[in-house]
Amino acid sequence: MTSESIDIINAFALLTNFVILPALSYGSQLALGALAVTLVYSILRFSNFAQGDSMAFGTMLVILISSYMISRGWTITGVPTALLAIPMALIGMSIYLLTMDRLVYRHYRRIKAKSIVGISASIGVMFVTGGIVRFILGASAQRFGDGERFIFSVREFKAYTGLEQGIALKTSQFLTVTIALLLVSFLFYFLQKTKTGKAMRAYSDNKELALLSGIDPDKVVQITWLLVALFTTIAGTLYGLDKGFAPQQYHLLLLPIFASVIVGGIGSPIGAIAGAFLVAFSEIFLTYAYKKFLIYLLPLSMHPTSLVQLIGTEYKYAISFVILVIVLLIKPTGLFKGKVIVDE
Amino acid sequence: MAYLEGNNLVASYGVVPILHECSVEVEKGELAVIVGPNGAGKSTVMRVLLGMLDATSGSVKFDGKDISMLSTQERINHGMAFVPQTKNVFPSMTVEENLQMGGFIRKDDISKTIDEVYELFPILHEKRKQLAEQLSGGQRQQVAFGRAMMTRPSVMLLDEPTAGVSPIVMDEIFSNILDVRNAGMAVLMVEQNAQQALNIADKGYVLVSGRNEHTGTGKELINNPEVRKKFLGG
Repeated sequence: MTSESIDIINAFALLTNFVILPALSYGSQLALGALAVTLVYSILRFSNFAQGDSMAFGTMLVILISSYMISRGWTITGVPTALLAIPMALIGMSIYLLTMDRLVYRHYRRIKAKSIVGISASIGVMFVTGGIVRFILGASAQRFGDGERFIFSVREFKAYTGLEQGIALKTSQFLTVTIALLLVSFLFYFLQKTKTGKAMRAYSDNKELALLSGIDPDKVVQITWLLVALFTTIAGTLYGLDKGFAPQQYHLLLLPIFASVIVGGIGSPIGAIAGAFLVAFSEIFLTYAYKKFLIYLLPLSMHPTSLVQLIGTEYKYAISFVILVIVLLIKPTGLFKGKVIVDE
Repeated sequence: MAYLEGNNLVASYGVVPILHECSVEVEKGELAVIVGPNGAGKSTVMRVLLGMLDATSGSVKFDGKDISMLSTQERINHGMAFVPQTKNVFPSMTVEENLQMGGFIRKDDISKTIDEVYELFPILHEKRKQLAEQLSGGQRQQVAFGRAMMTRPSVMLLDEPTAGVSPIVMDEIFSNILDVRNAGMAVLMVEQNAQQALNIADKGYVLVSGRNEHTGTGKELINNPEVRKKFLGG
């Protein structure tokens, strides 16, 4: 191979390692969070501002349970103990969300409150949830991943391929993408093929007619919260395994998650996933420093001296905002036709 | 005692009174039609009969039992079915899924009932994989009707089934309704097209400001000069 073609391969290995793989896993994490928001929006008719902090709550349960499991030696070599803790955490998360529904949201459903009231209530739940997490685990950042960190590391990749640039596949990235794929397939199967899933779609489509068909609204709401617990706990855990756990970080995840949901078309599950990847790729593509990448591709005379970073990483949340504003200005219903809730 | 009857129903939306001691009844194998000007409370009667709106006084009796205290769901379980005037399908679901949702409460095999609906409305069989929102107004009305049939109800309440459809489709819908009645179902229908509806009705109610103004067989009402003048345009 010529040195130019090796340069091109090196450039793309670099991009894969620092942009594509991280964006794929970040996008998957956002997608799971966005699906939870979309589910709540379709069934309960409000935008759930507590989503980010709920993800922190679910992750907190995973951290508590997995550290107990580690202390008892209940681990499997190579597997993050956090994964083994998820089933137990799911039970806790479901109980928490159902309790919140019983204490807060059910009342507003009964009095047929407007959507904005649900939003306000969820902001309250957001603060309470965030408070509980900080009270129990503290506000500082921590890592809870154990087991094998890499499926293959940069060094192994380089030794195997002989390239100058290596690609590492982190266990957390591999798990994120795999589990997200499984969960999303499960959700679509559930909504399209099962009687309960269809009843949820029917309820989301036309609440009154669902009632007239004998669909029990309380049951639909409960199943929605169970699904939200599943997606929220897993999204939070995968994000934490990838980037570490910090309550504030999770709280701020609300922005890219909302951006994903709105970009995709609120209420549309496919849209939530597409939106999540769009937001994740924009964030990472725009904040990546392309200097090294360009050095591989450009002749010596054109080598950049600056970092060639379009936007500093400290502005990454602004990207979600800009995407949000553009979509709301140009196509408010999102890429996939979402539904706009009109209060009756 | 009639199969389904609402006796001296009084109801209001918030502080606005709608019904003042209004009574309607329908027997099995009978088609009763409620006509009257806009705002007379025609649809409200249906909502009260179905338990979607609580009456402040009066009672609803079904098959000899007082069901005034039952929820809408329980009334559906007892064999009542309702086709609302608008928003009467699940738009983002296929025709077949709409029918499946209609039979949601049934524990037995619903495929036979789905086939019966397809037999009644062959066009729905052709379009069974299409989303309801992609259908024409008349076809959507058939989906709505079919969905309500799925519980195999003994009484069917229809709120303006011919609103917004062409005259040809209207005739078709009326003939479907007569089929259902002839099969032994009790049918209570609210209609804007008073003349045509009373023509096929066994019994008619003219409602004005939430009160029974005239009651009689379809023929009697059509031939009643006062009804003709006020409600049927001469």
